[in-house]
Amino acid sequence: MTKKRSPWLIIAALAVYFFLYAPIVVLVVFAFNSSRTNVVFEGVVNREPCGPFYWFCALAGNRELMSAAQNTLTIALTSTFFSTIIGTMAALALQRYSFPGKTFSEALLYIPIVIPEIVMGIGILVLFSTLFRFINTTFSLPPDARLTMGLGTVIISHIVFSVPFVTLVVRARLHGFDKSVEEAAQDLYADEWRTFWRVTLPLIAPGVLAGALLAFTLSLDDFVITFFTTGPGATTLPIYVYGLLRRITTPELNALSTIWIALVLVALLIAQRLERRAG
Amino acid sequence: MPEYAVELRDVSKRFPGPSGEIVNAVKNVSLQIRDGEFFSLLGPSGCGKTTSLRMIAGFELPTEGEVYIHGRPMGQTPPYRRPVNTVFQNYALFPHMTIGENVAFGLEMKGVPKAEREKRVKEALEMVRLPGFEKRRPRQMSGGQQQRVALARALINHPEVLLLDEPLGALDLKLRKEMQLELKRLQREVGITFIYVTHDQEEALTMSDRIAVMSGGRVLQVGPAHEIYEKPNCKFVADFIGETNLLEGKVIHQHGRQVEVLLAGGLTAHAESDQSLVSGQQVFVAIRPEKMALRPYDGAHNVYVGRVEEVVYIGTDTHYTVRLAGGQRVRVREQNDDPFSRPLANSGDEVRVYFDQTPARVLTE
Repeated sequence: MTKKRSPWLIIAALAVYFFLYAPIVVLVVFAFNSSRTNVVFEGVVNREPCGPFYWFCALAGNRELMSAAQNTLTIALTSTFFSTIIGTMAALALQRYSFPGKTFSEALLYIPIVIPEIVMGIGILVLFSTLFRFINTTFSLPPDARLTMGLGTVIISHIVFSVPFVTLVVRARLHGFDKSVEEAAQDLYADEWRTFWRVTLPLIAPGVLAGALLAFTLSLDDFVITFFTTGPGATTLPIYVYGLLRRITTPELNALSTIWIALVLVALLIAQRLERRAG
Repeated sequence: MPEYAVELRDVSKRFPGPSGEIVNAVKNVSLQIRDGEFFSLLGPSGCGKTTSLRMIAGFELPTEGEVYIHGRPMGQTPPYRRPVNTVFQNYALFPHMTIGENVAFGLEMKGVPKAEREKRVKEALEMVRLPGFEKRRPRQMSGGQQQRVALARALINHPEVLLLDEPLGALDLKLRKEMQLELKRLQREVGITFIYVTHDQEEALTMSDRIAVMSGGRVLQVGPAHEIYEKPNCKFVADFIGETNLLEGKVIHQHGRQVEVLLAGGLTAHAESDQSLVSGQQVFVAIRPEKMALRPYDGAHNVYVGRVEEVVYIGTDTHYTVRLAGGQRVRVREQNDDPFSRPLANSGDEVRVYFDQTPARVLTE
């Protein structure tokens, strides 16, 4: 039986899709604009090199932007690597063992998910600056050896906010995990280490990968926390773009954003597919 | 001192329960399991049979006592260093590996070369009648087939003892009967000691050389099937194994094995006991339905008058529920050897119930 739908429902649905996706469509379209300004669309650009992809090629020549992209990737890959390991270990520990204060530590673990990013950002900034000042003065380090904000601090802060997401995703995968297959492996002469690599990890791999991809996309487009923890020479793409915006936006930025959207979309699609297969 | 395949000496296991209380899963259990024996741990769920098996496998460590395998104390030895293998209730096959990889896993962990592994996997799969299934995945196989794979995966390692944790529990009745015979055949072929956990008394009776009946974390009786069935040593065993009539009463006097018991309603019963009892002691007379008769015969030690309440025809036999003069309700099982399977009595008829002294056992709680 089909129910008659209210036209308002359809209008509301269309409005949601319009406001969600129209900006993205406009952004992508303007990446092919022949005008330098982002005001009017004056037809598809067709200039050497690269023809319609002129602005995409122009990106490659922008050294500042390329270095920001490199920083972003370095941070994203490194923080994903570590947060995946730590998050998975935390998920396994929470699943397997009961220890005093387990509920408390579990609640504590998920705090970074619900706490406003700006609060975390300020918190991490204060922590690092206090810690660095203490170390620098205590050991009276020479100016070129002093600890400062930079790639290292950004990576650490990204690991911090990614771990709970990884743990959450991996725990979902572990829910209903049949412990007896691990016992079977141990019964068949595999010690704890080999049981983990041969049985546990392959079985939870879809969850671990989904968690890693989530951590990767989170790190890739994080602005607030990065803004507080970055330093000279560690500008990431979001920070760079923000800096540009205050002056002028050019189709180069649109081209960059287009690539970015594509990257995040692909990562999310893979993560979703892995999770579905896991379920 | 004879060497046993597995020996449990005064083993206890306590767990912290879900709300902080202590659960005594196994209490002072001592068992001697002989080499090459098909030994069953039988009992209702929660009786400690699975925990006992898991302590032999090494998944749990005893709180007190010691587990010996061929005379060697196991102590803290982890499962992967014990000379036993387990067949799990839910098979626990590795879903991400092929059947061949599953069966070869133990050999691979032991460092057996690939060529020999493949040869032995082939033999093991032939032994469980699944030749050529190496490339399949566990999820492509039926429950019965998965169970055979689990058996092959354990037996390929030639364990000193094979532990089976309700391995047939998830199969349907017909398949279960088939697998029972199959397991028995395999055990004879490989000559390995099998320790089999089950809550199904029929399964235990048909397959085992000896059975240990467990309840509430304790072993109540150990013995071959006929002994457990014919001479239960307590009320629980008599009640749990097969069907039994329990008549409550008080000891009048005992003369050797022969005991006279006063039942409710002033009836007296002549029965036997291995225990020494005192006059006036509260006891139960246990008598199997098939040891009672409605057809009169000479020399019956016990004859009671009663009235038939219900007649149930089940093909080979007919079950009569009779209410005795003392108020007790008993079930009598008579074979339908009459050519027309005519009932010996109808509902409401007054009958006499006969039984001998020897099969009537005097039991305490």
